[in-house]
Amino acid sequence: MTATTAERKTAAPRRQRGRWSDRLLYGYTWAIIIWLCLPIAVMIAFGFNNTKGRLNLTWQGFTFKWYAQLFSVPDLTTALVNSLTIALIATLGSAVLGTLIGLALGRYRFRGQGTLNLVQFAAISAPETVMGASLLSFFVQLNVGRGYWTIVVAHIMFSLSFVAVTVRSRVLTLDPAIDEAARDLGAGGWTAFRLVTLPMIFPAVLAGSLLAFALSIDDFIITSFNSGSTLTFPLWIWGAQKNGLPPQVNVMGTLIFVAGILLAVGNAVIARRRR
Amino acid sequence: MRRRLAPYALILPGGLWLAIFFVVPMVVMLSFSLMQGDVVNGFRLTWHWQNYSEGLSTYDDQLIRSLIYGVLATAACIVLAYPAAYWIAFRGGARKTTYLFLILLPFFVSFVLRTFSWKFLLADDGIILSPLKDIGLLPQDFHVIATGFAVVAGLTYNYLPFMVLPIYVALERVDPKMIEAAQDLYASPTQAFVRVVFPLSLPGVFAGVLMTFVPVSADYVNSTVLGGTNNTMIGNIIQNLYLVNTDYPQAAALSFTLMAILLLGIFLYAKALGTEDVLEVATR
Repeated sequence: MTATTAERKTAAPRRQRGRWSDRLLYGYTWAIIIWLCLPIAVMIAFGFNNTKGRLNLTWQGFTFKWYAQLFSVPDLTTALVNSLTIALIATLGSAVLGTLIGLALGRYRFRGQGTLNLVQFAAISAPETVMGASLLSFFVQLNVGRGYWTIVVAHIMFSLSFVAVTVRSRVLTLDPAIDEAARDLGAGGWTAFRLVTLPMIFPAVLAGSLLAFALSIDDFIITSFNSGSTLTFPLWIWGAQKNGLPPQVNVMGTLIFVAGILLAVGNAVIARRRR
Repeated sequence: MRRRLAPYALILPGGLWLAIFFVVPMVVMLSFSLMQGDVVNGFRLTWHWQNYSEGLSTYDDQLIRSLIYGVLATAACIVLAYPAAYWIAFRGGARKTTYLFLILLPFFVSFVLRTFSWKFLLADDGIILSPLKDIGLLPQDFHVIATGFAVVAGLTYNYLPFMVLPIYVALERVDPKMIEAAQDLYASPTQAFVRVVFPLSLPGVFAGVLMTFVPVSADYVNSTVLGGTNNTMIGNIIQNLYLVNTDYPQAAALSFTLMAILLLGIFLYAKALGTEDVLEVATR
């Protein structure tokens, strides 16, 4: 989307406003970017802080030791592993369920479409506190113990609509005749989907899955209602902060940050190549 | 026949998931909000509407504070986001995508971690305030943490990208020829902006408000981390009643009150702005 619109607008608009206002806005935009990135820079820097004990508050000198001792806080490691595996399972689940809904919404007109859209819109925009609270009420009513799998269920619930919306917008741009041509040439429904439709919608599925993964690994509010005694990375940070956060938290945050950027850039490159 | 059933087969698993884990829980919560009882003896549905009236009268402070913080942070997001979105859309040139990516960078760091990072940065003897105190620019007892300002600032920080993005998308769709046409008709740059560009960007502002106001008003992370004990929001109360007090009926009633107020606010806002279809903007 951004690539095509960027091309459209490369012709510079004529009669620009005065140079000084442009410069002012340019500086302003960078000020906003710096403000947004300031806490990230602090997080990364203090992962290299040579602190003596657990308190990581003042700069004590540069060290790599926290990278070497990344897994030396056992329950923090468990929390990180929980976060990663929950995010993986939730991404797979919401990618499959969301893609199917996206296909249906993009390709067919059917009774109940409006209701489905409304429910999805509500699931995207309802306040997290309310969604977490209602899901907890539900589990309490059914007498289901909260833990790892209730977190997975919740994460699939709130991320599948994002995948569906992403896939739907891609399906809408496809020519249905291509799929029909595959069927005319003797492909069955599944074969046509696997060899024709799926490759065409794959960038959207991938983008939606990345979004689902990001939503899941970062979620705090809904998870906090439905976690029982299971800890995820954000929940561990929340519980530990009264005693001060150990530098390993900064290191893990930094690694997630770098991995996230690599994934996003990789996805953008793939999307551009497929165009 | 098969083709007619095909969409239903496709939406069945995901639709069921949403029905069971999103719609049904809302109904369960609604019934909880009319119950009486406690965890030990169980809860019974007695149509106890007092849960709502008692919730409103006990926690009116937090409810009103949440809405005020929500309005303030959303307004701050619009004011801060608009010029940046404008510059990127009209003057970003070939690097537009890069600038947008930089705006989105915070999303690659855990929301909770970013908020704690601000607590660390703004601490009374932290790396921002203590040098200013040392050179005498600020009084020694000056503090930011545990004030309403810190909460609103934290909320604004955390939700700013959600405002930049939709405003950018709307501005990006404005055809430069429209601005040229306005200028050919002797509009000054200011007039061209006020009469042409700004009205065309309003759907983006609307989408941005939708994406920030609701989560901001219901947030409790920022108020807990940055607000201390005197600036609690309704989210704090709901979370506490659920997880600490296990007063589910009261908590459920407050959740519904909050959601009703937010929905009402959005629809009034949609009417005031004249946006035809709230859904249309939001699901795009």
